[in-house]
Amino acid sequence: MIELKKLVKQADNKLILRGIDLKIDKGETVAILGPNGAGKSTLLKVLATLIKPTSGLVKINGLELRKNQLEIKKLQGYLPHSSLLYEHYSPLENLVFFGNLYGIKNAQEKAIELVKEVGLSFFLNEPVKNFSRGMIQRIAIARAIIHEPPLLLLDEPHTGLDQGAISILNNVILSMKDKGTTTLMVTHDFKQAAEICDRIIIIKNGKVADDFRLEEKELDTVSEKYQLQVEGVS
Amino acid sequence: MIRSALLIAKKDLYSELKTKQVLATMIIFAGLVILVFSFAFDPANNTTKAVIPGVIWVIIVFSGILGLNRSFISEQRNDTMQGLMIAPLDASSIFLGKFLANFSMILVVELVSLPFLFLLFDFKMYGGFGYLILVLVIGSFGFISIGTFLAALAANSKSSEMLLPLLLFPVTSPILIGAVQATKIILTNIEKLSSAMAWIQLISAYDVIFFVLCFILIDYVLEV
Amino acid sequence: MSANLEREKAALLAGQSAAEKASLVPKILFGTTVVSILASIYFIFIFSSIEKTMGVVQKIFYYHVASAWCAFLAFFVTFIFSILFLAKRKRIFDTYAYVSAEIGVVFTTIVLTTGPIWAKSSWNTWWAWEPRLTTTLILWFIYMAYIMIRQMDGVWDKKARLASVFGIIGFIDVPIVFFAIRWWQSKFHPIVFGNGPSQKGGGIEPNMLVALLVSITALTLLYSYLLQKGVTLENMRIKVTQYKEKLREDLEN
Repeated sequence: MIELKKLVKQADNKLILRGIDLKIDKGETVAILGPNGAGKSTLLKVLATLIKPTSGLVKINGLELRKNQLEIKKLQGYLPHSSLLYEHYSPLENLVFFGNLYGIKNAQEKAIELVKEVGLSFFLNEPVKNFSRGMIQRIAIARAIIHEPPLLLLDEPHTGLDQGAISILNNVILSMKDKGTTTLMVTHDFKQAAEICDRIIIIKNGKVADDFRLEEKELDTVSEKYQLQVEGVS
Repeated sequence: MIRSALLIAKKDLYSELKTKQVLATMIIFAGLVILVFSFAFDPANNTTKAVIPGVIWVIIVFSGILGLNRSFISEQRNDTMQGLMIAPLDASSIFLGKFLANFSMILVVELVSLPFLFLLFDFKMYGGFGYLILVLVIGSFGFISIGTFLAALAANSKSSEMLLPLLLFPVTSPILIGAVQATKIILTNIEKLSSAMAWIQLISAYDVIFFVLCFILIDYVLEV
Repeated sequence: MSANLEREKAALLAGQSAAEKASLVPKILFGTTVVSILASIYFIFIFSSIEKTMGVVQKIFYYHVASAWCAFLAFFVTFIFSILFLAKRKRIFDTYAYVSAEIGVVFTTIVLTTGPIWAKSSWNTWWAWEPRLTTTLILWFIYMAYIMIRQMDGVWDKKARLASVFGIIGFIDVPIVFFAIRWWQSKFHPIVFGNGPSQKGGGIEPNMLVALLVSITALTLLYSYLLQKGVTLENMRIKVTQYKEKLREDLEN
């Protein structure tokens, strides 16, 4: 699904990504861990076509990033730190707008269905600016998946959410996983990473430091391996 | 591509309808400009009629700048600009959509404020109404197209409200010169219509050249 | 720490011979600039004849026109390097565009100060809304806008990209501005070469033409010299910033 070869990103004389080689197959759920400033969000942004790599090969679903921007954009759903929602619009209007933008046929119905799935049907027509962080994040994930993308890119989705919102979010991710979606999740939350993901990648200083599969949901393994890599970094 | 542009334009205009914030500000600002002009120039005096063509375009330029700036600053809230960039659209669709929204808004402002101006200054128009509309539309078209483009450019700066006028005024001086001259001829000596048409041709040439240029270069401005 | 110093010393020695060759170009430019400016002063004040109607004051016209030529040349250079930068994305192109714009502002300011001086003494008015002077005024504002874009805070490639786009837009705008103003007002400026929409074109005597060409050459050489020096300075500044960044990184790790 995703193939990265020697991905390098330099910004303002500083190397953020120093040659990432990675292969991710279809259907995998991958967690990307690492210390702050390691380049995790940058990696996700490159995949989301928001940042142009300085050099290296990026292939998504066999399509090269440089040449097939439009097709690749249709294939992915991106959820960054900000919600990307229009404040004065209701969830319905936001989702219908994005649905139409991505060319979904029955955007209205899909929107209503998605809002129901995240448990916010009561607020279907309320402007988003009055929502709490948990509610915003739920609508944001709905926005990211309205066009049923085969690739989901999540940047620290669990930050600032209460348990209820976390479980709803995880349910959405797991239901997408059942549909065969590939998920890449940058997170600092080891517990959630162990819960949902079956593969862990640790990025340090712009390079892949560790890459292992997780059979059982072993939180300890994750913490141990992380500490091993990150020791010595202030 | 046109479809995406129309979607974006519709979103902007619908959002505007909900809040009525920007349009109201633009219209009130236009009213205030007219007021200031009536203090600066004596409305009762007949020679003041000579400045009316200029005042029309000053109103359009200054209210326009307010609306143009907001059209891209509003996309910085919740980083919705990122949302537009990851969507499967060309940068030109974003430009076209924003342009259509801004153009509609400035036409509404003109529709409301110009009759108000004529009223306050007791200006009687001697025919040529159709030509006046033509000049207004063509002039606004050029101003808003380069304005939308430069607003996208200026939005990258923290002091975008200050940068946009700096960028916009020098570059749109041909439109302003041409539009004021053409408006003057149409409103006062309609006999010299051929000169007015010459000015309109200049403005149209400018419009075409810069609209195409903006279309091509918007990719570089909206790049990441 | 000491190992680093020795390595750098070796690199320095190797770089010195290359630097010697490179420093020849600015020396040549400096030499020719000085010679040509001295020559132009001779040509203007001694060689060319005094104009009938305006008198000695007319001599300011030589530097006025030559500066105008350089101002437009500078912006043309900015235009070309802006296009090159957007196509190739090499930092050196952006540096050339920026330095050229800065020098262009200087020359434009010279035109805008010599213009009114000439205008006051020959037509008894400080400013005339005629095509060339007004276009130069608008050119000054376009330059200013370009420089203001560069003053944005952000990474250099974003500023460079946006400034290059504006450089292209601004340059294409200039001819249109010129024609617009030409249609609008064309009373004062005597047309030096060829006919214009105004009445008669003032003729120009051969010796004045020679003086004019020498002045233009002198100022163009001055422009090239300043451009080369400015780019060298900017490159040095960029290098220092890079070294600082590298040092900071090494300290962190």
